[in-house]
Amino acid sequence: MPRVSFEHITKTYGLMKVLDDLNLSIDDGDFLVLLGPSGCGKTTLLNLLAGLLDVTDGRIMIGDRDVTDLDPKDRGLAMVFQSYALYPTKTVHGNLKFGLSASKLPREEIEKRIAWAAKLLQIEPLLNRKPGQLSGGQRQRVAIGRALVKNVGVFLFDEPLSNLDAKLRTEMRLEIKKLHDQLKSTVVYVTHDQIEAMTMATKIAVMNAGVIQQFGTPDEIYERPANLFVAGFIGSPAMNLRKAKLSTATGKIEAVFASGVRLDVSDYPFAQTPAEGAEVIIGLRPEHFTLAANGPVAASFDVPVQYAERTGPDASAYFRFEDDLLALRVEPDTAARLTPGEAVSVSYLKGKANLFDARTGQRM
Amino acid sequence: MTDLTVSQKSLGAEVAVRSAPYFPRKKKAITGRSIAVLVFLSICALFFCVPLYVVITTSFKTMEQIREGAMFALPNVWTLEAWDHAWNSACSGTRCEGLKVGFWNSVYILIPSLILSIGLSIVTGYALALWNVKWAGPFLFVLFICAFVPFQIIMFPLISMTAAMKVYGSIWGVAIIHAILAMPVLTLIFRNYYKDIPQEIMSAAVMDSGSFWKIFFEIILPMSGNILIVVLILQITSIWNDYLIGVTFGGLGGQPMTVNLANLITISTGTVRYNDNMAAALLTAIPPLVIYFFVGKLFVQGITAGAIKG
Ligand SMILES: Nc1ncnc2c1ncn2[C@@H]1O[C@H](COP(=O)(O)OP(=O)(O)OP(=O)(O)O)[C@@H](O)[C@H]1O
Ligand SMILES: [Mg+2]
Repeated sequence: MPRVSFEHITKTYGLMKVLDDLNLSIDDGDFLVLLGPSGCGKTTLLNLLAGLLDVTDGRIMIGDRDVTDLDPKDRGLAMVFQSYALYPTKTVHGNLKFGLSASKLPREEIEKRIAWAAKLLQIEPLLNRKPGQLSGGQRQRVAIGRALVKNVGVFLFDEPLSNLDAKLRTEMRLEIKKLHDQLKSTVVYVTHDQIEAMTMATKIAVMNAGVIQQFGTPDEIYERPANLFVAGFIGSPAMNLRKAKLSTATGKIEAVFASGVRLDVSDYPFAQTPAEGAEVIIGLRPEHFTLAANGPVAASFDVPVQYAERTGPDASAYFRFEDDLLALRVEPDTAARLTPGEAVSVSYLKGKANLFDARTGQRM
Repeated sequence: MTDLTVSQKSLGAEVAVRSAPYFPRKKKAITGRSIAVLVFLSICALFFCVPLYVVITTSFKTMEQIREGAMFALPNVWTLEAWDHAWNSACSGTRCEGLKVGFWNSVYILIPSLILSIGLSIVTGYALALWNVKWAGPFLFVLFICAFVPFQIIMFPLISMTAAMKVYGSIWGVAIIHAILAMPVLTLIFRNYYKDIPQEIMSAAVMDSGSFWKIFFEIILPMSGNILIVVLILQITSIWNDYLIGVTFGGLGGQPMTVNLANLITISTGTVRYNDNMAAALLTAIPPLVIYFFVGKLFVQGITAGAIKG
């Protein structure tokens, strides 16, 4: 199965440059999620790969074929659209069959594949219905089925779950993941939902304003965000980003906040030894705080509670820290005990801080 | 269109009010305004109904009764004689073969020009709306201009063109001219209808098949029912009711029913046979009426349906 690569891709709409010299390569069997805020060019990139848009400059390779100038039907791809894009006048069976209309297969083979996909997706009882007579989840399945029957190496998904309700979204998420594990195909999946990205992807490419900010496994992206954009974009509640100055005066390397709170970052894997007084942005994950200061911690300080909120199994507490809010993940019963205004001692775990150069915004 | 949606909305509102807990409303008093409206509407109705009444009753009368002069009287004896005469043997000029010649001419004009005009404009509209066509914008603009060129201006060039094509003065001449003149408007209608097809459906079809014709016949055409009905009715009535093109391009052999009718009525010798004339007029008017009766409802649906949902 093929490897997909974008080489120096530029795309302009009129005078507006949406993608500029973008490079990305997707390994065989990868589940790549393109993640980014609205309007960052995810759909554009996917449509370029599908051949629905023409590149302004650059080259797209699938396997060792240059597909830049190939017709969409000849690229060996299948795509699932956000709005499902089922053909309203055809039955489910007709929809799946039309997916194979470019392939010139013998009839028995077509029927065999339709039966296989229908069984896999459990849409057999629906084969004679029209799309208008299906629920959202069923339509989604049919749309996936129409892609599956093509039996291609690369599947493209453009926000396929965004029209579904939360429960169905979770179900379909698992199902798509299962399909990927089963078929071992390469998937390019566009979403702006980071939970989808974190749960399904084997690789994530975080995009912003047409530029790939970071490309890596979900763990890498989450644990070691490459720059401030990724740090702020991934995670909910978002990572706490604060300005600080580095100090080596005490023999340890410490980040000193404006309020004087010192956070030990000696164990941070600096690429080069930082200068005394270097301006940094320090990123602290809400879940790396603890209210019970036992074990090795990087810093402990007292902050007043602003408010706490519960989000199902989790709870978040917000503290006032240097004229801004500091988000912490806490146990729900702890959250219930916090009263606004009360000063609480919070600690940050050792070795969990993220440091970014204040000038470039890049990870140090 | 706007009026329609507004009235639909207010209708919806009224339904909502009715299903809410029922508060008896005060009966509206008959006001001066509503009387004025009623009177106006009645006059309008009479304006259309009285001539229609005269035409219909006269067509069933005998010539003896007509000579008595009581225009509004019902027929003494109801007879289909005039209808039979008008259809089979009324004379226009020297030929006495009735209206049926014109009727069949109209049918023979109608069918090829329908096929030609709708066939060409539906495919052009589809290409312009859903495929990347170079110069689509300027082309649409030209079509738009063409749709507003009065026929009279291009009449003479068209005559010499059809003459050069050796179809002038025949049924084919009339059919081709009808088709050509309808093309710009029909293309714009189809193009605007297809513009509403969701982009993703087209993208999916392009990835699935990629064939212009296969997508047209399998996906797009089945979605075009509404607009086809609208266009069919528009075309049938305008072609059937046309006089000018028929009289200009039909020559002697290709006269449609309207021209036939006019000749029947104007080129008559001796006494004017009012009953024949009325029957002939009614015969000519019947086909579009029948169409309206049978598919009029679909027509309204088609116009209001507009966008296609994916
Ligand atoms: N046909 C077009 N003409 C001009 N600009 C366009 C066109 N299509 C997209 N754009 C612009 O290109 C940028 C990227 O669009 P794109 O659809 O790729 O965003 P996206 O990342 O998919 O966003 P979303 O998450 O909202 O779907 C946007 O700023 C958009 O306004
Ligand atoms: Mg998008």
